[in-house]
Order: sequence, then structure tokens, then C-alpha cells
Amino acid sequence: MGMEGIGARVLRKEDKRFITGKGRYTDDMVVPGMKHAHFVRSPHAHAEIKKIDTKKALAMPGVIGVLTGKELKADGIGNIICGWMIHSKDGSPMKMGAWSPLATDTVRYVGDAVVIVVADTKGQARDAAEAVEITYKVKKAVISAVESLKPGAPQIHPEAAGNLIFDWEIGDAKATEAAFKGAAHVTKMDIVNNRLVPNPMEPRATLGVYDGAEDHYTCWTTSQNPHVARLVMSAFYNVAPENKLRVIAPDVGGGFGSKIYIYPEEIVCLWASKKTGVPVKWVSDRTEAFLTDAHGRDHVTHVELAFDKDHKMLGLKVDTIANLGAYMSLFSSSVPTYLYATLLSGQYDLKAIHANVRTVYTNTAPVDAYRGAGRPEATYLLERIVETAARELGIGADELRSKNFIRSFPHQTPVIMCYDAGDYDASLNNAKKAADWDGFAKRKAKAAKEGKLRGIGMSCYIEACGIAPSAAVGSLGAGVGLWESAEVRVNAVGTVEILTGSHSHGQGHETTFAQLVSERFGLPGANVSVIHGDTDKVQMGMGTYGSRSGAVGMSAIVKALDKVEAKAKKIAAHLMEADEGDIVIENGELKVAGTDKKVPWFQMALAAYTAHNLPSGMEPGLKEGAFYDPSNFTFPAGCYICEVEVDPDTGTTKIVQFVAADDFGNIINPMIVEGQVHGGIAQGIGQALLEGAHYDETGQLQTASYMDYTMPRADDLPSYKVSNTVTPCPGNPLGIKGCGEAGAIGSPPAVINAITDAIGNNNLTMPATPLAVWNAIQATK
Amino acid sequence: MYETNYHRASSVADAVKLLKKAEDPKILAGGMTLIPTMKQRLASPSDLVDITKISDLSGIKVSGKSVTIGAATTHYDVATNEKLAKVCPALCSLASHIGDPHVRYRGTIGGSISNNDPAADYPSAMLALNANIITDKRTIPADKFFKGLFETSLKDGEIVTAIEFTAPAKAAYSKFPNPASRYAMAGVFVAKDKEGVRVAVTGAGDGGVFRHKGLEAALDKKFDASSVDAVKVDAKGLMSDMHATAVYRAALIKVMAKRAVTAAG
Repeated sequence: MGMEGIGARVLRKEDKRFITGKGRYTDDMVVPGMKHAHFVRSPHAHAEIKKIDTKKALAMPGVIGVLTGKELKADGIGNIICGWMIHSKDGSPMKMGAWSPLATDTVRYVGDAVVIVVADTKGQARDAAEAVEITYKVKKAVISAVESLKPGAPQIHPEAAGNLIFDWEIGDAKATEAAFKGAAHVTKMDIVNNRLVPNPMEPRATLGVYDGAEDHYTCWTTSQNPHVARLVMSAFYNVAPENKLRVIAPDVGGGFGSKIYIYPEEIVCLWASKKTGVPVKWVSDRTEAFLTDAHGRDHVTHVELAFDKDHKMLGLKVDTIANLGAYMSLFSSSVPTYLYATLLSGQYDLKAIHANVRTVYTNTAPVDAYRGAGRPEATYLLERIVETAARELGIGADELRSKNFIRSFPHQTPVIMCYDAGDYDASLNNAKKAADWDGFAKRKAKAAKEGKLRGIGMSCYIEACGIAPSAAVGSLGAGVGLWESAEVRVNAVGTVEILTGSHSHGQGHETTFAQLVSERFGLPGANVSVIHGDTDKVQMGMGTYGSRSGAVGMSAIVKALDKVEAKAKKIAAHLMEADEGDIVIENGELKVAGTDKKVPWFQMALAAYTAHNLPSGMEPGLKEGAFYDPSNFTFPAGCYICEVEVDPDTGTTKIVQFVAADDFGNIINPMIVEGQVHGGIAQGIGQALLEGAHYDETGQLQTASYMDYTMPRADDLPSYKVSNTVTPCPGNPLGIKGCGEAGAIGSPPAVINAITDAIGNNNLTMPATPLAVWNAIQATK
Repeated sequence: MYETNYHRASSVADAVKLLKKAEDPKILAGGMTLIPTMKQRLASPSDLVDITKISDLSGIKVSGKSVTIGAATTHYDVATNEKLAKVCPALCSLASHIGDPHVRYRGTIGGSISNNDPAADYPSAMLALNANIITDKRTIPADKFFKGLFETSLKDGEIVTAIEFTAPAKAAYSKFPNPASRYAMAGVFVAKDKEGVRVAVTGAGDGGVFRHKGLEAALDKKFDASSVDAVKVDAKGLMSDMHATAVYRAALIKVMAKRAVTAAG
């Protein structure tokens, strides 16, 4: 490891511009003639649109255009689609309802876009939007997924009878039934996974520019995957052919999944730019973000776990209803299926699993992937029922887990996944040691003396990252491949540019990707630039989500670096009249091993470009590209232990200790990995204690601002004790697994297990607000 | 925000004049509620008359036990005033927990009590301290000032210029914050003087801030946290929302009252 190579705590290169306010985000983009858009949105959760009158609005000062869905459709712009086909267990395809970027006949949730107003200023657009007259016939709305499936519930899409999108299953129902028949003990639970609003720091924004002379479109947007945005907008929404559409995602201030999807606003602003002849910018305000960013989670599940007399797990039965909201967002169908139920084996050697998942429409914001995406739901379910079972069986939560750990690899689970490597005992022991697990009883007694209820909770999570082998996901219904691309350009003076299909929206790629070059060639990080986020600059790539930029994105870079290294060695060997097999690269020099002969890196690069003296037949230049398609998912895993003190008088929970013992495989930059874990745990604690999207029965979002939606603040959170054990991932060249989502996946059950331990009532639903905990305490009295 | 005219008043008389002239004016006394409401287009005053730069409206005077606080005094200035801290630290502590630093540097005591948000902190202090609210026209005892949710006995165009009170022998404020907004979900201000004990509750009543006679009577008998145990706090008349039920608020009032009494010493 060099000073800036793999394993070094290199400070983040990008932070200087971020923390000095010099980042360049979509809203910072200004082009000549640019105008501003405001969307007229439905104030109703469910209504028929009877009439749209835009006359008054058109006459308002500064107004350039007021456009409706009818005009959008007339121009051939397509409906928004879900890109992952799921078939019900009866073989029928999922029932996808039409999602017009601007609603024409029916609105289906509060915030549904109906009209776009373009005006000289933001204020004028907003004023004119208020003058658009829309006559609605309000219909009954349904909010809860369970209610939506009941007979007589309002029908939301004609395509999906009874609001059921699909009724899907995984695993072996018969084998699972058989396992339960022989069980000595069965634990049963009903579990709700609360709906969350993503809340990236930067709200969504887009700037659509149509160039009539070139018949060309440019879309600046807050995207985690600009190439996917271009592909989908070209192939499905008929905005423009791919070669006539440039998508740029510049600095993006957080995404957490919510910026993967193509939303109505990008499509409509591009179309409106052509229609009005001016560049059109839209920036979401925070309330719009609450209403229209794709939400996360929202599952209701019945789960049963069977044990034999020796406390060995025999089988798991899961029945889940997942709320997908009013429309199917881009990857919404994959989240409660292949990203969820395939992880239900957890870290345990379970012989039989059966899961049934029904997804339903409701009159709420669309639900899609949010940090962890399906895996937090699986982990919460499993880790709560395992902890509950331990209490019922009267054995230690650590002991019950350890007794059932998978210990030989590769391990084929009953639900598709084949775990490649792991050491769950190592994480468990690491965590227990850091948490002083054995000293808990003493701490509990001390807290009791002070009038506090102290509890401890554990969670052993596993997740599937490095998303994903293209053929595998294709066979499961994905509409895209999930490989990644890289190009490495060595400039004539030896500096290096990495063009990556990954997208950084806070992950620190500019730093970590450069570390790969420093490691390989001994070049300083300052000599390496990372270029991403622009479809005109970077080759097709798949973007960043599912903790894939390390395991997949960096693997593509490694492949390209292999090619660069091979050519560089050939050139150096030629220059020094040596055998290329004898060339080693160290500290920015190419040396002939065992001699003092050497060529500086820059001199080799210059030779490549002057091409005065290259090996016979070699092309000039030094630039190599690679595509990397993973052979398997990666499987980060770990053990989290949370310790809480509950104030029985008020129901307030204080997290007094939080331990995270992770296994992410090899680590490129420990500081950035720790930051990811910290942020993930903050979001997990947010879900467990604070956050919850709440609609009233008419479908109004009651938590539509920070006055009512509780984001975690610094004083809600403890200092974390984080550590790592390493089992390298055998599936990729760097041996890395991914760390972006672990914290959010592993932490919620640890927190809730700790609180239920403290208060002696297992009937507790997230978020465990003071009210919820106080009510649970009262129920024990 | 809709278009509005901004005026900076140079004196109370100037403010009165400006208010009279305007079609649909609002007094701007920090704007910690008014400005966000205008940004959401839920309020659209034709004119804003900013009174925070009127020099004699800001500042804290302490003379013996007698305290006068100018209406445009910021929460930060109340929180950090050393003279006030000597005679009534409870009020400094209350101010130090309002909102966040930005709010404390901008928001004012006069603005807060004139707005009379049912979850604001100051109204409970005014009631428990038996303060007088001084306006450009008259003096209103706190007991007569707070009328309901966002309602006071102020007439149109009447400007609060100061509040005054006699510092009590003992006082403390204990608040249970709403987890999201950090406004009071149940805030109890307890003040004990030779006239007796006054207990005011904010954040909980469905008619806004109120005095709790039961708690006052019990604490009059014995000023000790244990006196609170036997008091019945009725959930009837308390707010119920997604953050707290009325029953929970009733329980919190007792807990906060006990903590305030303990803190008062």
C-alpha cells in the first residue's frame, strides 16, 4: 500500500468544493434564455379530471407555456414504465397500470403532476399555476396496502383488478410445510416495515434544453444513473433518439435510491423545451420532494420460523403485502421480490423457505428502492423473529444465532442466492467483545437503580450487493444488464483520467477510484481525475445503487488498468530494450527487475503519444476500456449490537451504545467506508426510532415537512463503535463486497430488539417514537 | 411568496403610522413563523412592518426583582443575559431551547407571544410568571392576554412593546419536545412566589396555553415533586395528533411538572 493506494485513509478530493459551497449541482446550471417551470399537482389522492382550463394562466405575466397531458400524448411521449417484469405464481405477468408523465383522466395520489407552466421567473410560473383551473370529481382513496386488497376497495388502475399487481412466490412451499410439521417450536409474528421518505439533501431538479438547429436535447438532472435515464427516455418514452439526447448528472447531493428512477419532470421539461422553444428548469421544493420522490419500504408481513428440539432452524414461512403506491416506479417490482425474499435465509442454514409476496396499488406516492431496498425489510423480519424466538426458547440471542450460522462456503440457500464467502462467527464475536455483551446484566441493574429500563438487541444481517450478474437478473425479469464500464486514459504527460459508468452522489468515487491508480502505478492521487455523469463524455454505464460501484464499477476499472499496464510495460520494455516480462511498475517508474534501468511513467506515456519509437505494429496512444459483468452478487454481512435506555415516564429511548462489526471484504479507503457505515446506521436508527411517512385516510401526506417528519439529528445518535473483519470476496479482482447500505440494513432490528428487551413488550412497531414506546410500556401494566 | 412591501419602522409611532396606511399589513417581529407561512403562500400580507430595528424595543432591564424585556429582544439575548440569569434563570434556560441558533438570533419574545402558537414556549412563562404585556396602548396581564390557538387580546395594529414581571423566588421550565419540530409537546413552567405557585402548560391544550389549577393547588400545599403524583391531569381538553395522544400528553404534563419542580429546587 502506498500513501494513496488501496487501504489508505485518503481524504476526499471532492470535499473541498462541497464544503466550500463550490459544488455544481443541477440547480447551479444556467443557460442562455433559460425559463422556469412549475408543476400543477393533484391536491386529491384519487379523482377524475373533468376539465382543465388554462386560459387564465396563459394570460398571466411572464407566461410562455401552459401544457397538459393531452398535448404530451399527442406528441407521442410514452407512459412511465417499470423495468423489471415479475410474473405471478399463476404465470400471468404483473399488472402495470398506465402512468402518464402528466395525468390526463385520473389522478392517483396527492402530488400527481397534471400541468406544467413555463414562465420567465419561478414566481411567475407559480402564480400562473394557481390560475390553472382543474375540475376534479373526487373519488374514494385507499392508503393502506392491506385495505387496498379488500373487496370493495377503490379500484385504482383498470389494468389491475382488486389493486393486485402480482401475487408471487419463491422457495418450496411443500418442503416448508413438511419442515413445520416436524417442528418442536414455532415462533410467529406480524411485522410492519414503515414507509420512509428518502430526503436527500439536494432535492430533485432538471434542466431540459432543446436545440432546434441540431434537433438535439440536453437534460441536466439529479440522477444516480444518467445513461439509464437516457436509455429509458429514448427507448420507452420517445423523448428523443439516444444520439440526440445528452443526459448530464453533475454533482448530485445524495440519492439513497430515490434518484435512480426517471420521474415525470425530466421527461416533461425536455418535451416542454421543444414545445415552448426555451430551456426549461424545474427545481423541487422540499414539500414536493416529500410528496413525489419515490418512498421506501412499506411492507406488512406475517412470518413463522420453525425449530427442532435442539433449536436448529427448520423452516421459514413469509407472507408479505408490499405497497407500491399509485404507480409502478422503474425498479419497484424487484424490491419486494428478488431484492427481498432472496435474502430471507439470512446468515442461517435454513433448509426450507417459502415466501409469498403480493404487491398492491394504493393512492400514495410510488414506492421503490431506498437505501438497502428489500434487504432491510428481509433483515428486519428475520432478525426480529430470531430474537423473539430466542426469548421464547429461553436461550441467548447470540447462542441461537450462532447455533444456526452457515459455516461452509459456497452455500446455496433455498432462495436462489449462493453465498460465496463469509465468517459470521468472526463478526458476532467481534461485536460481542466491542459491546461488552457479557457485562450487560450489570449495566442493566445500574440503570434500573436510576429509574431507566436498559435493553440490548442484536442483528446479524447479510445483504446481496455488487448488483448484479446480467444474465442472472435478466432471467429474473430485469430489463437491463447490470454490468459496469470503465475507460482509462493515460494522457501524453502521464496524468490519468478514469471515465466511469458509476455515478458519485456522495460516495467519494473521485478519491477511491484514483486510489486504484495510485496503487497500481504509484502515481499521486492528484494526477488522477475521475470523470462521470455525462453521457457525451462517458461510455454507456449503469450507474450507482445497490452498493455496486466498488464491486462492479471498480472491477471494470481494474480490467481497464490491466490493459493499460500491459501496454505500458510493452512500451517500456521496448524503450529499455528489455523483456516485457521483466518490467515492474513502482512509484511512478517502469523498471527492469533486478537492474537499475528505469523509465519514468510520464516518459513512457509521452513515447506512446509521440509514437516515434514504439514496438513494431503497436497503435499510438494509451487508452483502454473495459466492461465488467460480475459472476455473482457479493455478500457483505455483519453483526450489530444496540444498547438502549428507555425513560419509562416519557417513553424516550436513548441509544447508549451502538456496535457495528462488518465484513465488507477488502477495503479501499477505510475512512470512506466508516463514513458509509455511520451514515447508514443514522438512516437505520432514523427508521427505527424517528421516521415514518404518514397519510391520513383521505390520502393527504401529514408528514410533508420537517415539522412533522423526523429526520435523525446529531443529538438523536450515539457515537458508533465500528470495526471490520475481512473475508475477501472471491468473485471480483479486488475482493471487495460493498458497504453503502449495510448500516441501514443491519441497524433497525438491533434497535427494536433492544427496546423490546428493555420494556418487556415485543409488540412494538417502527418508528419507536416516545409515544409508541410509552404506549407499549402502558400495555405491560 | 406573493409580492409584499417591506417597511422598517424607526419608532413605535412610525410603525403605527405605517400599519394604518397599509391595506392588509402584518407586523414583522422576527418572522420565524410569518415568513415560512408566507413562503408557503398561506399568508399574503400587502405590507410587512418590521419593528425589530426600533432601538427602544430591544433590551433587558433588571432592577431588583423587577424585570422588563423589550418586545424585539431576541431569544439569544434573553438566553444569554447575565442580569436576568441572576434573578430568573428559568427564562434564560427556556429561551436557550427555542428552535435552533438561527431562530434564536432572529426570533423575538414579542413576536412569539403575539403569535401565541399553542406549542410555543414563551406563553407558558408569561402565564406562570404573571407577567404584564405592555403594548403601545395599554398593559395586559398575561392571564387576559392569551385567548386560544394563535389568538390574543391584541387589537388590530396594536404593538407589544415590552413584557414585565417580578422575578419569582423559584421557577423552572421543563419541556418534552415534539421529536420532529422540537416545539413543546408538553411544556410546563412552574413559578413559586409568596403569592403562591403558578403552573402553566404549553404544547398540550387544545385551546393553547393554560394554567393548571390542580397542580397549582397541590404545589401550593407542598412545593415538592411528590405533590404532583396525586394530582389528576385530565386528558379532556388536550390535543391529540399523530405525535401524541391526549392521554399521553396528560401523562407528560405530570412528568414535566415534576421535573420542573425538581429543577426549581
